[in-house]
Amino acid sequence: MSGKDRNKKRMSGARIFIESLLKEGVEVIFGFPGGAVLNIYDELMGSPLRHVLVRHEQGAVHMADGYARASGRIGVSLVTSGPGATNTVTGIATAYMDSIPIVVFSGQVPTFLVGNDAFQEADIVGITRPCTKHNFLVKDVRDLARTIKQAFYIASTGRCGPVLVDIPKDITQAETEFVYPDKIDMKGYKPVMKGHPGQIKKAVERLLQASRPIVYIGGGVIAQNASEELVTLAEALELPVASTLMGLGGFPGDHPQFLGMLGMHGTYTANMTINSSDLVLAIGARFDDRVTGKVDEFAPQASIIHIDIDPTSISKSIPAEIPIVGEAKEILKDMNHMVRENSESKTFRKKLKDWWATIREWQKAKPLSYTPSSTSIKPQFLVEKIYELTKGKNSIIVTGVGQHQMWVAQYYKFHSPRTFLTSGGLGTMGYGFPSGIGAKVAFPQRDVIVVDGDGSIQMNIQELATAVQDKVGVKVAIVNNGFLGMVRQWQQLFYKRRYSYTKLSAQPDFVKLAEAYGAHGFRAEKPEDVVPVLKKGLSVEGPVLMDFVVEPEENVYPIVPAGAPINKMILV
Amino acid sequence: MRHTISVLVENRFGVLSRVAGLFSGRGYNIESLTVAETLDSTVSKMTIVTSGNDQVIEQITKQLNKLVDVIKVSDLTSSDHVEREMALVKVSAEGEERAEVLRIVEIFRGKIVDVSPDTYIIEIAGDEKKVNAVLDLLKPLGVKDIVRTGKVAMVRSTQKGKKGGEE
Repeated sequence: MSGKDRNKKRMSGARIFIESLLKEGVEVIFGFPGGAVLNIYDELMGSPLRHVLVRHEQGAVHMADGYARASGRIGVSLVTSGPGATNTVTGIATAYMDSIPIVVFSGQVPTFLVGNDAFQEADIVGITRPCTKHNFLVKDVRDLARTIKQAFYIASTGRCGPVLVDIPKDITQAETEFVYPDKIDMKGYKPVMKGHPGQIKKAVERLLQASRPIVYIGGGVIAQNASEELVTLAEALELPVASTLMGLGGFPGDHPQFLGMLGMHGTYTANMTINSSDLVLAIGARFDDRVTGKVDEFAPQASIIHIDIDPTSISKSIPAEIPIVGEAKEILKDMNHMVRENSESKTFRKKLKDWWATIREWQKAKPLSYTPSSTSIKPQFLVEKIYELTKGKNSIIVTGVGQHQMWVAQYYKFHSPRTFLTSGGLGTMGYGFPSGIGAKVAFPQRDVIVVDGDGSIQMNIQELATAVQDKVGVKVAIVNNGFLGMVRQWQQLFYKRRYSYTKLSAQPDFVKLAEAYGAHGFRAEKPEDVVPVLKKGLSVEGPVLMDFVVEPEENVYPIVPAGAPINKMILV
Repeated sequence: MRHTISVLVENRFGVLSRVAGLFSGRGYNIESLTVAETLDSTVSKMTIVTSGNDQVIEQITKQLNKLVDVIKVSDLTSSDHVEREMALVKVSAEGEERAEVLRIVEIFRGKIVDVSPDTYIIEIAGDEKKVNAVLDLLKPLGVKDIVRTGKVAMVRSTQKGKKGGEE
């Protein structure tokens, strides 16, 4: 198959596994050993690959995911069969919903036992079929290298996503010649990269006819590294830009044309702007229900230009007038070129004067706000302080899921892509801490701050041991309100304050807990303690838990009730 | 509206489950599905009959295309195509009814493929309407069992030229 580097050496499947990963440029594996992967682990010892030993396989997958989101490279995890494999499912589904390129390798019982209900057997290929981009069961050692090559290719091209490769134990033992293919050709997998030129031209012409345009960006801008081209387009035409949760950092959060996040917890201005617009330029976003609210009343007067790498995202919930399938980066480059050539571009900015005046009025009338307090720590205040202490340093901020996640999305002004890691689609509590470890492994020199809830952090708190053992200096700021806050907020607003099982009455002492694991722990209970604790936490070596005891019943505003149109927000 | 979708897939284990899972996971219905090897033994062809509005059918074809093991998807509904299915029908046939069954089979150009003292097994092939018509006639005589293959379909070959629009 391959020409020059054909290597006729016979190797075991386990060795082929290691060599293939090295060929793919893998530097680190997040994993947990077990019976079915013993041969691989034996080869791993002493290999150039770094292995981070996790405490739970869900953690391994979130770490690979955080590593991938922060670096843009492919995250890799390795687990054993049965429970090892089933524990990865939440992590895989998280990566699937957010289109994150990871490859998960699971051990499997030997091929002659597959289907026998053998010890530690689970049909992980069957279980993960609906939550992977693709998955494989390797049945012959001669297929192993090619399968690994395919897995990495599928995970990282087109709309990225997780791929699982299930490897039976006897395959890791069997020997064959190792040949790593240079290229692969799959009849059924040809991702579209380049946008259709005619559609791009139509889109630019349509855009220049608009008088109330808005750019609505999503995670695709980050996944396809299209931020620079986006900023060029937005600045050339002075377009207002709003972002989904997944798109934050794709356009500078401190840019005067940035309106903030839109949707359920979006800013008043972003939601009003999109619903009053006559043209929506959607880039790498998928009109998720948390963004559109009631679909029939979403941007009712707008024509929609939709750029997306995945044809199934287009016209799924909202029909697009001009669909463009392809990579956002290349399409935006083409658009920028056409905008420069088009004579109407010069007069376009003038046309938007009234539109901007209206937008600025919305901004002035209803900015993001909260009631400050001198006695208790407001979570929004905490996020503002984290922003002030870390801005300009290219710090990476990671969150769990819930109220704290929304406060970070609202109050932290993300300047660049891949600096905000969060579980957007699946909304996986417990995502933040392990993901932060993965990000810090990718960038040991940068600050990685996990802002987590007291509920979320406890879903993967065991990874503290991983961080301590591997000396991964992640800083965790726990927004501790003693509640499962987001659910409590919904119970308060929509269930007559009946707080059914959302109070976390028995909490660990997070400071002592950190110390028990061999990490540092600090606590702040008053507003004046916030900055000193943050400074201390950020400056000490190694992993840190900072416990911020905050106002227990603070709410996230604005909020659009489920099923309502997005301009019908509850503001306070 | 009903659609007949022809899908070319890699002939590998698990492919059927990926296709079926796509339908079940998104709440789409499969009315019938057939699958078998093509001349190239590494490739199989599926014929799927499903129903839904235009948006649903668009999603189904896009989602099918997205599967890594799917090579080509064609919605045959709007193109000129032929559809056939086959049914085996076990019908009770005693006394003078035996002759009546034989007459029906002859009219529809079916075949008797098994005979017992009180039953026949009939093979009938054709489009859906024809199979249904035979069944309607046989039902009053006592149908004991029936099995249908589901549809297979193929585009007619005058698609590109469209010269004169003949068959």
